[in-house]
Amino acid sequence: MIKTTAVVVGAGHAGLAMSRRLTERSIDHVVLERGEVANSWRTQRWPSLRLLTPNWQTRLPGYQYAGDDPDGFMPAAGVVATLTGYARVVGAPVRTATTVHTLRAVPQGFEIRANDDLVCARAAVLATGACARSAIPGIAGAVPMSITTLTPLSYRDPGRLPDGGVLVVGASATGVQLAAEIHRSGRPVTLAVGEHVRLPRSYRGRDIFWWLQATGLLAERYDQIDDLTRARHLPSPQLTGTPEAITTDLNTLTALGIRIVGRLGRITDGVAQFSGALANTCALADLKMNRFLNRADEWATTSGLDGDLPPPHRFAPTQVDPRAPLELDLTSGEITTVLWATGFRPDHSWLDIPVRDRNGHIRHDGGVVTGAPGLYVLGLPVLRTRASTYIHGAGPDTEALAGHLHSFLSSQRR
Amino acid sequence: MTITDSPVNNGVNVQALLGAREALSAAPEAAEFTWRASCTWRNGTHSHSTVAGFTGLGAEQQHRSTYEFDVDHPECFASEDNGATPVEYVLVALVGCLTAGVASVAQHRGIQLRSVTATVDGQMNVLGILGADPDIRNGFEEITVRFAIDADASREDLQALIAQSQKRSAAFDIVANPTKVLVELA
Repeated sequence: MIKTTAVVVGAGHAGLAMSRRLTERSIDHVVLERGEVANSWRTQRWPSLRLLTPNWQTRLPGYQYAGDDPDGFMPAAGVVATLTGYARVVGAPVRTATTVHTLRAVPQGFEIRANDDLVCARAAVLATGACARSAIPGIAGAVPMSITTLTPLSYRDPGRLPDGGVLVVGASATGVQLAAEIHRSGRPVTLAVGEHVRLPRSYRGRDIFWWLQATGLLAERYDQIDDLTRARHLPSPQLTGTPEAITTDLNTLTALGIRIVGRLGRITDGVAQFSGALANTCALADLKMNRFLNRADEWATTSGLDGDLPPPHRFAPTQVDPRAPLELDLTSGEITTVLWATGFRPDHSWLDIPVRDRNGHIRHDGGVVTGAPGLYVLGLPVLRTRASTYIHGAGPDTEALAGHLHSFLSSQRR
Repeated sequence: MTITDSPVNNGVNVQALLGAREALSAAPEAAEFTWRASCTWRNGTHSHSTVAGFTGLGAEQQHRSTYEFDVDHPECFASEDNGATPVEYVLVALVGCLTAGVASVAQHRGIQLRSVTATVDGQMNVLGILGADPDIRNGFEEITVRFAIDADASREDLQALIAQSQKRSAAFDIVANPTKVLVELA
């Protein structure tokens, strides 16, 4: 049995940042990792994936990107190398190849069964990430058996797919990236598009994340956001990190020859049925993008930056093909693969403490888990700010939660 | 501008709707509604439907009165035209739902409406329902709704208004997206 003060589950960017914060506060802890440091980046990310955020924004407590390509986008292998180096620099006490089976509350704190060991701690931090498993809709069961189905977690590259057409379901960051990559391999892609967040890669000469940060949007706190549930469930923006820093919106994909259809609603007798609301879905995304660009322009004017930046402009509205089909026969042989780019969910199935709401989400107040003193969760979308969704959000989030954890431990001492 | 001291009045109680959203999020069972209609065949293609009760808020509810609907087909289909066609009721439902949404969203956004009118067209090739061409569907090929809105707002704001009303419309969702339908013999 291992006795420690705090246990961190997961050695990704959030868990390592938390380890650094605990070390700063001289709080004895261990980091449990089922694989190696940055495990999901090693084993569950397709090789061509790059961060959506530019390198200059990649920072963690005690680490700031210092390479020669600050405006570039780090590939998955670069993230692995960065986090591996970071774990070493901060001296994180990581126990690799240690799978957590259960975490439960006991009078003294928490008891974690990991591999064949028992770990006892007074505080616990869940840092296993927001993308542990793919969210696949229930209709997936109605896809004909002849079709190959896969998720972004198992996807590697288009060369491993069968020849023939591919239906990519979902047009957020993952869906648009993979649709473009697969279509370029010569497999004609049909992309089913539901509610999405359209953003240009850059605007007025600056990366969109420069604008998101400069206007203060990323710093908006969870307790100041009007509709927090909506903010936490917002799909990832239609962005790709590419060496050329290109915009990958629906117009770009249409120009590539990708067929854009509405949200996949049902599959009946092997026939996929798509929503007829595509035009409105796209109109809403255009409106919201322009609302943000208006905010960006107002901010630039107020900040006296108009002289330093190219003039404002607007992007072409999303062109929706009025002949976009409402049905696609999955038994005709035209489509050989369905890729579910329908989002990700955290996996806290090993957490044996009743802290979930009726939808299975952990109830928390900015990462402080409700109803379980000493338990914290990290790395979820809009956990404490809109930046929490991204790597650099872990810095301020872990600072706040490590502070809370420290006070919690102090309050326990008599 | 907050809603409470807003001079805008479209006759929509937004506070009550926002209150309902909060209350129902806390008591999700009460948010389960069942809407009902009953229908009696009269003669030929003529039928008579009524709408009176529905279930919601955890209890049986009643409309203020029973609403009646005659459904029939026009004389060019060799019917007696005792009422609107079923597909016209679908158009009425769609445009009624979107118009309610326009008023509600406008109230919420502080937009005073002076007039809202809309037309809705549904295009249909009846060879589908006549079974004469298997490549033609029974239902509408396309539906077009056109709103004319007179209000204290820019054209862009009005575009956003109708976009949001579609996003929150039950009838729009029912018409635009597939729905599981079971028809059984009692």
